[in-house]
Amino acid sequence: MATNEHLANISNTLIYSAMGVYTLAFFTYIAEWTFGSRSRIGRTAAALTPEAKAKAAKAPSVTVQTAGGTAVLERPKVVVRSSAGARDVPDGPGAHGGDEKGDLYGRIAISLTVLAFLVHLGGVVARAASVERAPWGNMYEFNITFSTVAVAVYLGLLALKKNVRWLGLFLVTTVLLDLGIAVTVLYTASDQLVPALHSYWLYIHVSTAILCGAVFYVGAAGTLLYLFKDSYETKLENGGTPGRFATSFLERLPASSSLDKFSYRLNAAVFPLWTFTIIAGAIWAESAWGRYWGWDPKETWAFITWVAYACYLHARATAGWKGRKAAYLALIAFGCWLFNYYGVNIFVSGKHSYAGV
Amino acid sequence: MSKTTATGTPTERAEDPDLGAAGSQLSTVPREELPNLPSLGVIGWARWFWRQLTSMRVALLLLLLLSLGAIPGSLIPQSGIDATKVADFRKTHTFLAPVYDKLGLFHVYSSVWFSAIYILLFVSLIGCIIPRTWQFIGQLRGRPPGAPKRLTRLPAYTTWRTGAEPEQVREAALALLKKRRFRAHLAGDAVAAEKGYLREVGNLAFHIALIVLLIAFAWGQLYKSEGNKLIVEGDGFSNTITQYDDFKSGNLFTTDDLVPFSFTLDKFTGTYESNGPNRGTPRTYQAALTYAKGAYGKDKKDLVKVNEPLHIGDAKVYLTAHGYAPVITVRDGKGNVVYHDAVPLLPLDSNVTSTGVVKVLDGYRNAQGVSEQIGISAFLLPTYTPGSETASTFPALDNPVLNLTPYHGDLGVDSGIPQSVYQLDKSHVKAYKDAKGQQLRDNLKPGQTMRLPNGAGSITYESTKEWANFQVVQQPGTTWALGGALVAIFGLAGSLFIQRRRVWVRATPGADGVTVVEMAGLGRSESAKVPDELGDLAAILYDRLPGAPEPGPADPADPADPADPADTDATSDAGSAEPDDTTTPDSTVVPAEGAEKQ
Repeated sequence: MATNEHLANISNTLIYSAMGVYTLAFFTYIAEWTFGSRSRIGRTAAALTPEAKAKAAKAPSVTVQTAGGTAVLERPKVVVRSSAGARDVPDGPGAHGGDEKGDLYGRIAISLTVLAFLVHLGGVVARAASVERAPWGNMYEFNITFSTVAVAVYLGLLALKKNVRWLGLFLVTTVLLDLGIAVTVLYTASDQLVPALHSYWLYIHVSTAILCGAVFYVGAAGTLLYLFKDSYETKLENGGTPGRFATSFLERLPASSSLDKFSYRLNAAVFPLWTFTIIAGAIWAESAWGRYWGWDPKETWAFITWVAYACYLHARATAGWKGRKAAYLALIAFGCWLFNYYGVNIFVSGKHSYAGV
Repeated sequence: MSKTTATGTPTERAEDPDLGAAGSQLSTVPREELPNLPSLGVIGWARWFWRQLTSMRVALLLLLLLSLGAIPGSLIPQSGIDATKVADFRKTHTFLAPVYDKLGLFHVYSSVWFSAIYILLFVSLIGCIIPRTWQFIGQLRGRPPGAPKRLTRLPAYTTWRTGAEPEQVREAALALLKKRRFRAHLAGDAVAAEKGYLREVGNLAFHIALIVLLIAFAWGQLYKSEGNKLIVEGDGFSNTITQYDDFKSGNLFTTDDLVPFSFTLDKFTGTYESNGPNRGTPRTYQAALTYAKGAYGKDKKDLVKVNEPLHIGDAKVYLTAHGYAPVITVRDGKGNVVYHDAVPLLPLDSNVTSTGVVKVLDGYRNAQGVSEQIGISAFLLPTYTPGSETASTFPALDNPVLNLTPYHGDLGVDSGIPQSVYQLDKSHVKAYKDAKGQQLRDNLKPGQTMRLPNGAGSITYESTKEWANFQVVQQPGTTWALGGALVAIFGLAGSLFIQRRRVWVRATPGADGVTVVEMAGLGRSESAKVPDELGDLAAILYDRLPGAPEPGPADPADPADPADPADTDATSDAGSAEPDDTTTPDSTVVPAEGAEKQ
């Protein structure tokens, strides 16, 4: 008994410490954004003035990339064109806006995020060791594991050199909210799993659900910012002047088409995994409850989330539904995912109600 | 839709009130005339309906409706899942319940309107998939289309000049593309190639798999049977409908479909963690059965565990619950045994604190010789720890204590109205009073006896057996459903990750005997992979057919499109100017996947 209490205390200490470091990272990201607001380069605005737009309407944007790595001068150059009519807007420079001090604070923030992630991960592992099972047997554990995976996804994308630094502040805010809810409202001392949960499927089904949720979250964050950036660009195109805060903030984000593509890729990439999560759940239900599909509230809402993301994917292939409308569908779908987790566990009773609360 | 007419009819002009007769001739207001469309007959309307139904937009709408329609089934109690909850709801919500009944909201997933949504959706799906499959087969049987005239308009383009002959270039390109597993062929002065057909294969497979899933699911629901039976150790069960505690089945199920088998519960074993953070959770939880198939099958032994059902033919026997059944002996005042049986009690918590009723229905006569029935409320703590009087502290039988409260009188079972075996109807029974005048109740350990006052008899708690609850399920089509689901996942992954693209390589003789090589790539949906791949191919081809020196500035054979601006963004970041998803740059090129002109 002493061992597991010790480990449980270590886990709690680590989670609280992680929250502390995330808060430091949060303030550092804010510093990055603040210093970055000193930059006055309005790249989007320049690209979307009526004259620039008239030029762009005739000529799609063209980039040149070199074929092959070495001997650049000798290789034929591949010319890439975007489709006519798409806005030729460059990506924003990121939160630091090109400002050196801002960039420094940005890098410090990322280092703090990495540190916080390691402490957080330690807390999750300690919790798992203290209860001697996978760290997702109740909502508290699911929350702390979920936020770990979300940060891991962000750091993974950074490591792959994708343009995601702009996501830092929003991610850290969400993680702090998530951990805050976990340690205050959802906290339970280690709980016992009911017999039906004693199966290796626990490792497969719930872990894929956590990963899907984390990636859907990053996609939803991108979609939300896409909507803001898109209205900003539309306003500029039509000759309007967005407010100072909007200009300062949105100017530094990637172009709306980049954000759109970013979200689409994440949502589309993880959609097959979500399908697998539902099917793994069904296979497990068959062996535990005797039927693979019984319209249990959790099953139903997982299905609703799946259909909502399917709607989103269809919308992207339908003329007139691309862009903003599809983005709204993606946000609704993520809302379904959130309800599937919080709403069904807390407010609806069904076979999944042993989620701890 | 308005047409301007230079001349209108004289009456119209004359009647223009604002301008008067003279002014109306000067009016250039466009005259709205109703367009002269042919009227649709029945076939026309049917065609229009079908066209709309199989469009992407309606599919989107139906998908949205499907998800909306599934919501009430998760929030309102459903009769198929928990009939008692529905009954409770009906009692408490007297206004809403009839409304819900009318709308079929207590059985959403088998209601008319929900079925309409998904049936329409699947009709739309089938109506879309069949032509698309046909189209795809046509593409497979045909050849990749030839090169467009102006390759410079395609999303990825490169060009260089080489000294090799055009035929050489084309041969080299053909060989390279074939090696890279493109479907390639010579088309005029160019090589046309295409790759990534598995994307469409995946797409079609996914949608067809959904149809298979639906049919398998519907088949399973129609022929399904599911029943529960609680069996005490030592007792047996035969798979006939009369033996079940509760039973439900699909609409097309008949009792002849029940797989004939029988089994006896030899022993239930439950061991639990005694230490550590998971104290009290089951370590082993298994039922040892002796079963036989058919009426004359040989006996076989097997173990059934939670999550590991026993398969007998098409039937699956699941272990779903367990509890304790104390063996009770009731004697009348003369010492005759009037009741001796194991009485299953139902668990209340995870430490198997249980409750139930012992009902002695016949054979008991009280001290006056009058025939009576006895009902004994039983409350069992498998592990009693002083200090915790109302709840057991551990699920195993470490220190069992049975609390009994006897009643005598009429239990109400002869009235013809069914009552629960586990509940006591106290309306026509009286409690016993002990020596102090309090209601008689006692705590017994195994082997102990409590005496009923005034020579009414005695109750003995002999020992404790265990019982296990089994669920017997028959559901056809599960293998098909699983197969459909797996095909769906792989098809989905293929349709999202594989890129369908075309590559063209054109070699035309230029001035000075040099050959101008042009390469272009087009993707079905925009991705960074198309220019990357073109770059790779160009690099390899360039190595084989190296560049020739640049011509003079007035070279007329320069293939660059003169309308191209000199505006090139010299950043080498290939990702930043990604073309927009699924729109095409040139209307002469095949439209992108799924894009419709609606």
